[in-house]
Amino acid sequence: MAVLDHRAELNRAGANATGFFGTARFLMRRYPLGAVGAVIVVLFVLTALFAPWLTAYDPTSTNPRASLARPTADHILGADFMGRDMWSRVAYGARISLAVGVGSTFLGCLIGVAVGLTSGYFGGWYDLLIQRLIDIMQALPLLVMALVMAASLGPSLQNTIIAIAIPLVPNVARVIRSNTLSLREMPYVEAARAVGMSELGIAVRHVLPNTLAPLIVLATAQLGAAILTEAALSFLGLGIPEPHPSWGRMLSESAAEYVRTAPWLVIFPGIAISLAVFGTNLLGDALRDYLDPRQRT
Amino acid sequence: MDARADVQPEAGAQALLEVDDLQTYFFTRQGVVKAVDGVSFALRRGETLAIVGESGCGKSITALSLLRLIPDPPGRIVGGTVRLAGHDLMTLDEPAMRNVRGNDISMIFQEPMTSLNPVMTIGRQIAEVILLHQDVSRKEALAKAVEMLRLVRIPEPEQRVREYPHQLSGGMRQRAMIAIALACNPKVLIADEPTTALDVTIQAQILELIVELQQKLGTAVILITHDLGVVAETAQRVIVMYAGRKVEEAPVGELFAHALHPYTHGLLASIPRLDLMRGEVNDTPQRLQEITGIVPALTDLPQGCVFAPRCKFADDRCRAQYPPYEQKRSGHWAACWNSDALYGGALHA
Repeated sequence: MAVLDHRAELNRAGANATGFFGTARFLMRRYPLGAVGAVIVVLFVLTALFAPWLTAYDPTSTNPRASLARPTADHILGADFMGRDMWSRVAYGARISLAVGVGSTFLGCLIGVAVGLTSGYFGGWYDLLIQRLIDIMQALPLLVMALVMAASLGPSLQNTIIAIAIPLVPNVARVIRSNTLSLREMPYVEAARAVGMSELGIAVRHVLPNTLAPLIVLATAQLGAAILTEAALSFLGLGIPEPHPSWGRMLSESAAEYVRTAPWLVIFPGIAISLAVFGTNLLGDALRDYLDPRQRT
Repeated sequence: MDARADVQPEAGAQALLEVDDLQTYFFTRQGVVKAVDGVSFALRRGETLAIVGESGCGKSITALSLLRLIPDPPGRIVGGTVRLAGHDLMTLDEPAMRNVRGNDISMIFQEPMTSLNPVMTIGRQIAEVILLHQDVSRKEALAKAVEMLRLVRIPEPEQRVREYPHQLSGGMRQRAMIAIALACNPKVLIADEPTTALDVTIQAQILELIVELQQKLGTAVILITHDLGVVAETAQRVIVMYAGRKVEEAPVGELFAHALHPYTHGLLASIPRLDLMRGEVNDTPQRLQEITGIVPALTDLPQGCVFAPRCKFADDRCRAQYPPYEQKRSGHWAACWNSDALYGGALHA
């Protein structure tokens, strides 16, 4: 019978990984899909942050001679009808997508958590009122709701964020509320009451942190949805106004006219949207597994 | 007999906690549930008082009533007073009451597995209580948390303060709960079945710890349990509750030697005894005795003595009229019409 080498086995399982790279390798091994997601998200963020250094052209400057240029060494992803470099527009578009995605998810979660936590914890007529309002909001699909908001607020980056954040609120509020309903019956909530904590203190210090795991999963899923919604709004002409490069608008400008003659105008923004959504979802799933301290050893 | 057994239950002036005619009712669809119905008792400084009884007899509700933690609706404390060192707790407003909880009166719960917040470190949970009630910095509170863990005999307290509840065993968690409960040096500690969820060897350790800390800190303890073995080891005085009322009260030695209520006798007989079961006492091995029947629905209590339907000795008077709760022997109170005839409990000596 073979002798078990404990050190080697521990090393193999990555259990005694130390330092940043050791830990990173350990996490990659344990959550391979999450690592893929993380890489995509990091690339996405880096592209957004360093867009001016990664691109040779201004995303808004036109050049009639490059109109509908094929992907070449000059324009690696080609150029659109107005001769604007596609790589520049995709890279700068990441900024818009990131800003709208993170901004609206954050805003939506902030309001949703506040609403859901108070609604679930304090209950009563307040809960009833909030839930009926949420019913009304949920009767409309996310996109329709965002459309209404965007159309009434008018197109701008800030309004797009608000228009996407508001329809996210009901989803977040519902998840947080349902969690809160079960958490407020936990013995540790009663124990906190027995040591003299105020109700608001218990809600914030004991209930809220226990809803974070589902919130993170939801938030990353919503991040993808927000990016997608921004693309859809811009596609429909209600999102980010010209000349800012938005992946959704790039699709809408090109889809009908150029999909056959210059498919790169459609394919690259499409890939960018898909990758961003895919990456955030993978990362979200892995984060859920990792952040739940009950599963950590 | 033990010297402390002679002290009267209503020890008036020196009582730390006085509960008088406490009534906690739940208003449900099935009717009014009188979970606690006219319970009175007094607790002296440094004393351990046990409250025993079957499940559903109102022990825990009594404890929660003292802290005014009855969920309202459906529950409400409809009558009675609770005085802590002379101050009536029932008339305090909510912020003042919060200041009492965890500071003057604190509580250990039955479930150490779920009574700690799973996403907060042990240290932060102890520090939280200290920060709530004392004017100290976060750092001082954490240092105090380490001290508390050391006090409850958790090894490597500096290490443990940074750990999460799931990293601790059941016994360790109950120790941590005790640390939280005692962090502000309360006058009264209510232990609601503190050992029920633990295995037997750990039970003994936890009880020992509670008794030891009680002596060290001078805390008065109300021990709620259905385990008479636990009572014998730790308490000085015992209250037996049945269907929301007190049926007997006596010093612990007196209760075990001369129980005066048939229900108490039933409880005592239902403790497994090796000598009886082996037949060393009565020649023939005996089965474990049980009290037949179940606790009556609290919405539909019998008219007379609440225990009458399950009592072997019940007569017509028992079924018609509730017996007075009276002193039958020195320091020994009971509510039973027939205790004198049955157990010779007439007040003498």
